[in-house]
Amino acid sequence: MSITKDKIIYVAKLARIRLDEKNLDHFTSQLDKILSYMEKLNQLNTDDTAQTSHVMGLSNVFRPDENTASLSNEEALSNAPEQENGHFKVPKII
Amino acid sequence: MTYEPVIGLEVHVQMDTRSKAFCGCGTVFGMPANTQVCPVCMGLPGVLPVLNEKFLEYAIRTALALNCTVANYLKFDRKHYFYPDLPKNYQISQYDQPLAGHGRLNIEADAIKKTIRILRVHMEEDAGKLIHTAGGSLVDFNRCGMPLLEIVSEPDINSAAEAYAYLSQLKNILEYLEVSDCDMEKGSLRCDANISLRPAGQTALGIKTEVKNMNSFKGVRDALNYEIGRQEQVLRDGGAITQETRLWNEEQQKTFSMRSKEEAHDYRYFPEPDLVPFTISDETIAAAKQALPELPAVKKTRFMAEYKLSEYDASVISADKYLALYFENTVKQYHMPKIICNWLMGDVMNFINTNQVNIKKLDEVLPVKNLVAMVQLIDNNTISGKIAKEVLAAMLTGGKDAATIIKEKNLGQISDSEALEAIIDEVIREQQKVVEEVKTGKDKALMFLVGQVMQKTRGKANPQIVNTLIKKKLLGNA
Ligand SMILES: [Zn+2]
Repeated sequence: MSITKDKIIYVAKLARIRLDEKNLDHFTSQLDKILSYMEKLNQLNTDDTAQTSHVMGLSNVFRPDENTASLSNEEALSNAPEQENGHFKVPKII
Repeated sequence: MTYEPVIGLEVHVQMDTRSKAFCGCGTVFGMPANTQVCPVCMGLPGVLPVLNEKFLEYAIRTALALNCTVANYLKFDRKHYFYPDLPKNYQISQYDQPLAGHGRLNIEADAIKKTIRILRVHMEEDAGKLIHTAGGSLVDFNRCGMPLLEIVSEPDINSAAEAYAYLSQLKNILEYLEVSDCDMEKGSLRCDANISLRPAGQTALGIKTEVKNMNSFKGVRDALNYEIGRQEQVLRDGGAITQETRLWNEEQQKTFSMRSKEEAHDYRYFPEPDLVPFTISDETIAAAKQALPELPAVKKTRFMAEYKLSEYDASVISADKYLALYFENTVKQYHMPKIICNWLMGDVMNFINTNQVNIKKLDEVLPVKNLVAMVQLIDNNTISGKIAKEVLAAMLTGGKDAATIIKEKNLGQISDSEALEAIIDEVIREQQKVVEEVKTGKDKALMFLVGQVMQKTRGKANPQIVNTLIKKKLLGNA
């Protein structure tokens, strides 16, 4: 086990996801498997590899400061479960 | 024991670009909710952000104006937090390698000059706007993805006055650079403060609070003064400061603890895989530095040397880009800098402040040529300095030129010596006792008579001429 249940509870809390006991066990075991798999990368010798934040080999990709069409208000809200006055409506936060 | 406040400011400035940071949506303020949005800035699946070239250009310009070192390598990071104003659940920002750092800003507060170091300047996107109603919270993503520059100072600020000076100076520079409209009410300039107290002379920092929700420069000053007083009271009572975020309440003029469960921030930063990295060559940086406009501090020094203005006058005139431009345009047509400066700093600024005129528009309210014509009319004795004040006020409110106003209001000096002599004779008749004193050589008495004539003409006579005429009449010489 490289990941603990506590860690899953903490990450779920950060992501505002509620997990019941059954899901908690389920995700703990799944994420553990994923992380173990990723651990394999650590077996590679990277002593001679420079640090990078990107692997595409591209750089300096810009767009000019020009306007392109935005969505209409109706389009923007078309998937909103709830709306009011052109806004997305979500459960009260404060 | 005296306490020393230690303050660091985090300023967010919205860059005045046409389109957002990573998509082509518009950036117009006050548009109907969710009408300047697209799949990129709403974080819909499968989209890719692309950096706005102008955003980087403005960011580099600002960093250089703040004497920062600009990095040659630029990358973006994801800052994760889950809140309805952030549709992607992360904000594209910069974490361990900001655009620039090691800057400095010179300020003056309470007649003391000081350098405030700039820790870092980084680029990021703004979040959306929330409106809280009884039934729920409403989300508007128009602001989401707007290009922001975060400018973080070192904790070199030691009073609310210094914080105010720092913000003012920063705003002046940003306006000179034409990268932001710096309107705090519209939210294009926002300021948070970290503040702690320590016994004077102590090196170690005290426990700090973070103060947010200050919506004006005055608000920042008031909030910091309040928070300094609050922390001092807690410490003097033997208490301890709680490390927390506090919100400034403008109506009550107090800060209040946010009382939210203060969870440790855990943003899980990682490099933004959707944006490629950027390289900024030394040549690009040098060219941007070369292209910087003359900034307030340099302009101030030049105004002192070139126009012989006092340091105070020069700093007031140079603080605002548009006022400085107006001043120089006027001086080009009428080379008496001190006189122009006095009119600008006195009656004109008074009018601007009272009527909340945007200095950018000063030339529309008072065309340069009208101000020049007015001072010329003083020079050729058509009006006195006192009448000029009345003329200027009428010019500022009515938009007419000086000559028209003088004609319409009949304000021209009485140059008709016959008419003037009649008034002088009248004063001499009325003031026999004073007249005797004048004859014995009392200057004060003479001045009194001049004053009487000025009063009767409602300031429209030329005091020098009146003086000469009275002397001639009473003493037989000029
Ligand atoms: Zn967009």
